Order: sequence, then C-alpha cells, then structure tokens
Amino acid sequence: MDLKILSTLNAERASRRAAIVVTNPDTSAQRLVKGEDVGRDPIADVLRARLRSGKSGMEETPEGRVFLTVYVPPPRLVAIGAVHISQALAPMAKMLGYDVTVVDPRTAFATSERFPDVPVIAEWPDVALPPLGIDRYTAFVALTHDPKIDDPALLHAFAKECFYIGALGSRKTHGRRLERLKGQGASDDDLARIHAPIGLNIGAISPPEIAVSIMAEITGALRQERVAARQEKVA
Amino acid sequence: MLARDEDILKAAEDWRRDGKGVALATVVETWGSAPRPVGSNLVIDEEGNFLGSVSGGCVEGAVVTEAIDVIESGKSKMLEFGVADETAWKVGLSCGGTIRVLVEKVD
Repeated sequence: MDLKILSTLNAERASRRAAIVVTNPDTSAQRLVKGEDVGRDPIADVLRARLRSGKSGMEETPEGRVFLTVYVPPPRLVAIGAVHISQALAPMAKMLGYDVTVVDPRTAFATSERFPDVPVIAEWPDVALPPLGIDRYTAFVALTHDPKIDDPALLHAFAKECFYIGALGSRKTHGRRLERLKGQGASDDDLARIHAPIGLNIGAISPPEIAVSIMAEITGALRQERVAARQEKVA
Repeated sequence: MLARDEDILKAAEDWRRDGKGVALATVVETWGSAPRPVGSNLVIDEEGNFLGSVSGGCVEGAVVTEAIDVIESGKSKMLEFGVADETAWKVGLSCGGTIRVLVEKVD
C-alpha cells in the first residue's frame, strides 16, 4: 500500500468518514475512494452497496476482479446522563470499540473525575448534541430519568437515524414519556424505535449489570444481520 | 487493551514514517468457519513486531514470517491457510475454515 493512500485513509478514519480501498489482487494496483467521492467512481454502484453493508470482499466489476476493503466509522455511543449506570457503561463500551461521549448539564454529575477516560460535556442537549454530528453509526442512550434532559435529547436522536436508541425507565415511566414526546411532534415510527425499558431482560440489578444488558442489546442492534441469519438457521 | 482497526492502520503509518520496513496483511477471503472477518488487518514491521490479527492467533506467526519476505522483496503475496495438518507440522486453522490473506508492503 502506498504511504499516501494509507495516510489519507487514516485522516478520513480520524474524522469519522467512510472510505474504500480498491485493490486489484493480480496486479496489486490500488486506489482509495473517499465516501463522499463514491458517486463519481467508475464502479459507483458496487461501492455504494459495499458502504451500506459495511462489509469488505471480492467483487467482479467491469474493471475486473477487485478486492474492496471497506472502512466505515467505528460505532459511537452517546450517553445522556453522567449517572451511575453511565460510569459502568462508558468503559464497557470503550472496550467493545465504541467512541464514547457523555452529556449531562448537571455539573455535579458531569465531571472528569467520574469519567476519567471519556469526553464529558456539561451542557444541555440542545447545545451539546448538534456539534457531535450524531449519525447512523451512533448508539444513543437516555439515562437521566429527567424529562427536561432526556426528552429533547431523544427528539434529536430521532432525526439522526441512530442505529440504536434506548431510554431508562419502567413501563409506566415510558408510557408517560411516549405521551410527552408525541405532544412534541414525535411520530409513531420514532417512538417505536425507542428500546424501553432499556437493555436485554437478564434480571440485571446493579449498575454494571444494567450496563451489560444495555451493551448486549446495542451489540444485537449493531449485528442485526447476523442475529437474523442465526435465527433463520434455527427455525 | 485490544487494538482497534484505526490503531492498526495508524501504527502502519507511524512505523513507516519512523523509517521502518512495514507490511500490511488483510484477510481477503474466508470459507467455512473463520475467526476474523474479511477486511481484518495485521501490520508487521521488519523486526517481526505486529499489531492486529487475521485469525484467532493460529496463523499470525506464519504471516509475520512471510511479511518480512514481502518487506525485503517489495512484492505482494497471497497466502492461503486451511485446516491444520497435525502430521505435517503445518500451521493452519483448527476451527476448520480456510482463509486467504494478502500481504503487501507499505511504501
């Protein structure tokens, strides 16, 4: 690989932008196609499909057999609420390869002492969230239990195609949340996307156990194709 | 801490800029049960230091040896690994799959 291709690729990755390396396995000829330039490439259709699936692989194309290494941004976790569960969730998500950001306007909670290894933003969601560029590679969790903080954050997440949206709270609390969000213009489709009560039902009690159940549910959402394929096999 | 894909590619760039000979190995095809998906990267320097993985640790040793050849010759190689052959002392994948790995020099 040409060092120039490699350093451009690294710059794109650092900015959370997708890119594909196209390699001819016979001649070793290689080029880098940035996500934003895919439409202008001679094999645009093939590249577009690959970007959607996020999967690398061999492909027969008009320019011959090529190997496509697909680099999509690493998944990200945005947690609303610098609460006890987030303190367990943040390091766990980091270990699973997520870029983690914690948002909480309450400065007593949002301290770097409580979250030594992840960025913590002590701002209201309407200020903190827009600059984050939340996207379809983002998992979004609302954990404050406070409608003043969680509700506007969830409305922002609906608009950004997050691959997972979860919110803490009992069925009853969630019922009231659905009423409130509907009143603020959320559609039925938006509301149906919220995983609540959050996390897989594993009988979790402690904050770290709840964090495990949340990360397990997020992993399932990230790998839903694999989950579906396995279920088909069993059926 | 496990190396993430970005860390592996960043290491490849940094090692090269430090003047080391560097090769990048990429899983390009898998059949059957394979431990690491297509697209997985392993970066190797001329001294055999490496980061990342192309299997569950079964064939990394062999890939590193081949990579040092690739760094010297500058010519890419396509390697294929199948089921481990116990009698022949050949490295392979005990999980029963087959993988093909492209090893290329970073230049």
